Amino acid sequence: MADPARSLRVHDRGRLADPLFKGAVTACGASVLVILGLMIARTTSDAWPIFRSEGLGFFLGTQWSAGFSRTAITGEYGAFPFIYGTLVTAAIAITIALPLAVAVALYITQLAPRRLRNPLSYAVEILAAVPSVVYGLWGLLFFLPVVLRPVMNVLADRLGGFFLFEGPVFGVSYFAAGVVLAIMILPIITAITREVVAVNPTDAQHAAYGLGATRWEVIRRVVLPGSFSGVVGATMLGLGRALGETIAAAMLVGGSQRFGSSLLFAGDTMAAHIANTFQDASPETVLALLAMGVALFLVTTVVNVAARVLVWRIGRVTGDAAA
Amino acid sequence: MTTTTDSRRPRRTSPTGHPSLRDREASARSRAAKDRAARALLLAGMVVALIPLALILFEVARRGLHVVDLEFFTHVEPPYRREGGGYAQGFVGTALIMALAVAMAVPLGIAAAVYLVEYGRGRLAILVRFFTDVMTGVPSVFVGLFVYALLVVGPGQLRFGTFVAAVAIGIMMLPIVVRSSEEMLRLVPDELRKASYALGARRWQTVVKTVLPAAGPGIVTGSMLAVARGAGETAPLLLTALGSLQVVTALQGTPQSSLTLLIYRGAIQPFDAGIQRAWGGALALIAFVLLFTVAARLIGSRAVALRR
Amino acid sequence: MRTWRMAIATALSASVLAACGGNGGALPAAPGDVADRTGDETAGNRGELSGALVGAGATFPTPVFQDWILAYGESVQPGASINYQSIGSGGGIEQFIGQTVDFGSSERFLDDDGVAEAAAARGCDPLQVPVLFGAVTIAYNAAVGLEGLVLDAATISGIFRREITRWDDPAIAEINPGLDLPDTDIIPVHRSDGSGTTSVFTTWLQDEDPAWAEELGSGTEVNWPAGTIGGQGNEGVTAGIEQNPGGIGYVNQAYALENDLPTAAVVNADGNPIEPTLDATTAAVEGIDVPDDFRFHILGVGDDGYPITGTNWVFAWECGYDAGTAALLRDFWTWATQTAQADELAVELGYAPLGESLKPRVLETIERINAEDE
Repeated sequence: MADPARSLRVHDRGRLADPLFKGAVTACGASVLVILGLMIARTTSDAWPIFRSEGLGFFLGTQWSAGFSRTAITGEYGAFPFIYGTLVTAAIAITIALPLAVAVALYITQLAPRRLRNPLSYAVEILAAVPSVVYGLWGLLFFLPVVLRPVMNVLADRLGGFFLFEGPVFGVSYFAAGVVLAIMILPIITAITREVVAVNPTDAQHAAYGLGATRWEVIRRVVLPGSFSGVVGATMLGLGRALGETIAAAMLVGGSQRFGSSLLFAGDTMAAHIANTFQDASPETVLALLAMGVALFLVTTVVNVAARVLVWRIGRVTGDAAA
Repeated sequence: MTTTTDSRRPRRTSPTGHPSLRDREASARSRAAKDRAARALLLAGMVVALIPLALILFEVARRGLHVVDLEFFTHVEPPYRREGGGYAQGFVGTALIMALAVAMAVPLGIAAAVYLVEYGRGRLAILVRFFTDVMTGVPSVFVGLFVYALLVVGPGQLRFGTFVAAVAIGIMMLPIVVRSSEEMLRLVPDELRKASYALGARRWQTVVKTVLPAAGPGIVTGSMLAVARGAGETAPLLLTALGSLQVVTALQGTPQSSLTLLIYRGAIQPFDAGIQRAWGGALALIAFVLLFTVAARLIGSRAVALRR
Repeated sequence: MRTWRMAIATALSASVLAACGGNGGALPAAPGDVADRTGDETAGNRGELSGALVGAGATFPTPVFQDWILAYGESVQPGASINYQSIGSGGGIEQFIGQTVDFGSSERFLDDDGVAEAAAARGCDPLQVPVLFGAVTIAYNAAVGLEGLVLDAATISGIFRREITRWDDPAIAEINPGLDLPDTDIIPVHRSDGSGTTSVFTTWLQDEDPAWAEELGSGTEVNWPAGTIGGQGNEGVTAGIEQNPGGIGYVNQAYALENDLPTAAVVNADGNPIEPTLDATTAAVEGIDVPDDFRFHILGVGDDGYPITGTNWVFAWECGYDAGTAALLRDFWTWATQTAQADELAVELGYAPLGESLKPRVLETIERINAEDE
């Protein structure tokens, strides 16, 4: 900054203040990196003995038997059932949430009367504000017995031959967790899709209308193709949230340390298993759970980073919508 | 603008077999039909998406309303199977944990945002911005694991308590505060800064006395949204706060309860009285989170309106 | 910043609330009130002790522990606050050895490794005493509609190994000739956390059924087969049974009683089908020869005894507490194990209190809490 006439500066004592201030805020900015780095470093180094002793078997092994030693690794830690459960519940969630979210985003931006746009967007955002434990409570004690169980019974009765819907119906299952997860990730995908669609260039749309296209044709042939990468990014952000969701999944997925091909099977996810067993795990099992946490963190980070690369061009990604 | 279909003229093909101009009407009709079908589908999607929201709010209110009374806020939870009592230890616990978390995360986050906006030109800023985004997606249970391994039992040896719980929640809140504050600071017009410099203010004075107040309401919005998010977290608290049967006001050293822990444990146990209290707690929690979110938005939109 | 002011205001009002907070959920006065208490050891301390205790561990005794804490705080030491977090027996042992709690509770006693580790951690010996006995009942969903169901080790093992998958399986029909068994799925519910109840259940199964011993063994966690559900704590298993029409699981009797779940009569070592009543639990315990270190299993129960009976141990240290905490710890556990008031509360929930011969031995060990430092 150019130094203006000295008379405007009352005193010169503050010469050090600027560099100090800059140093302080730079340190604060770097603190984010420090915290993140510490998280990764500490957990990975703690969990390293598990990775070393299991190797790839950690990700592919299907047996998770906790050991009780306080000094050595005696258990067998194959996390595949949990990885499988995480992927299946997330897949169910995306399958249900993605079409709904795109439909909602398109409706709000293209079809809704102007007066309704804000209220409808707020309504969807309220879904994002509901805490995860409330989703779990509501899901377990209301949605599951009243809505999901009859649906699952019908699926098992009518389609029971198909491997995806083989009974018996447990209630808590991949399906129950997946449906509630879908409700939870709907707002994120909707919010970002909405933004993506809103910044879609209007001249191409107007040109299409000028040529006589119907509303739907404009959406299908102009808006959606242009927003495609943004929608994919939005979906991946939703996927990242679904992968890491802990409490609602813990209450709804079933707590069985096996995996099965049926969607009605009661299984477990990585995050849910950590939450359920951490409280009374022996020291070596704590390490194994840390290892699972690290694996989960890596997967969600990869998904989130890829998502943001796809979406960052679309302008600001608000912290609250995407969180 | 949609094409109109003239359904009075019958369809015809020309004698040469080429598609007749009149076929355009037929295709126009089917295109209009598809358009109507698509609109109906999108509307149906909107309705289906809103049904869970209605169900959640309605059910929680219905089951929780008769549980929430003055006693609910002032008494602790009795044994699960006994009626009465309340979630006092949870309200106090959540309040204390959030107070500490805000004290740690909000100043740090705002300062980091100041760095990104005012000074962030080089590679460090790119890294910080990128990894802040990464942090918004960290699974909450992982943060709890980290704080347990580092502070509760590891080198920290702090044991369970309010402070370690606040650290976990603070870590979750930090990226939200940073990102939203950064946006708000960017929205402050550059003319304000230039005017401040022209008056002879130093860099830090400009930031602290001009830019931050100008972005103030927006930053408050972002922080309140972060608080709403943090108050609803459960997994990080499972092994940093542990839980308590009594109201705990100590800031560290004694296990602390929280509203979310009480709801979680109340929901997975079988006794009816405890389940009812869990619904009541869920109602209180949702009410708090929604009020905070709505208030945050109101502050934010009023600030934007004032600026115009 | 406005957020800070709001936060401070919230914290202040919360502290005000805390000041008026007290114990909720009044306990009806137990018959045999304070005046009738046997054990004058605590009479001198009544009302004088204050401070806080933190304990954690098994979910097996949680209903009665919570009642004990409530009654103790109301009628014996109003100045004391005791926080017991039921996180599972495994957690009780871990948090105890990790010294994050004042006392631990578990249905698995500390074995030699555990004792050695605990001693190394604190620098003095850990103390473990049994405080009550309870039955691990086989409870099932009322919608199954069966009264007086009888099961033996082989059928229970078959159910939980998913070899028996329907209620009308011939193996079940064979030992229940008079019952009309429905043709529906059985949904077995087990523990998803590290559980002492699981340990008691599987130890008995391992002892009785060779197929179980071979496939699953015993422990606080076993490899449950596919097609089962896991619940967290006795609470979660009970909820799981309640929420599934064909559900069956192993839970402490208090949970079955308080939730009106029907329980099966289990065939004991003498071939008698025994229901999990208080008398049966007491009978099971009577024949046990309790060694000096209080470490024992209840197996091979015959006569009128209920075969799947579990013990709950409490762990404390011989040193390292401050004087106030130690005094409160001794006083509470003395009250809990020696007085008629505490016994009545346990009996109300179906737990069998310590027998007359065990009580003085347990008291002796309780008085050794913090003995090295005092």
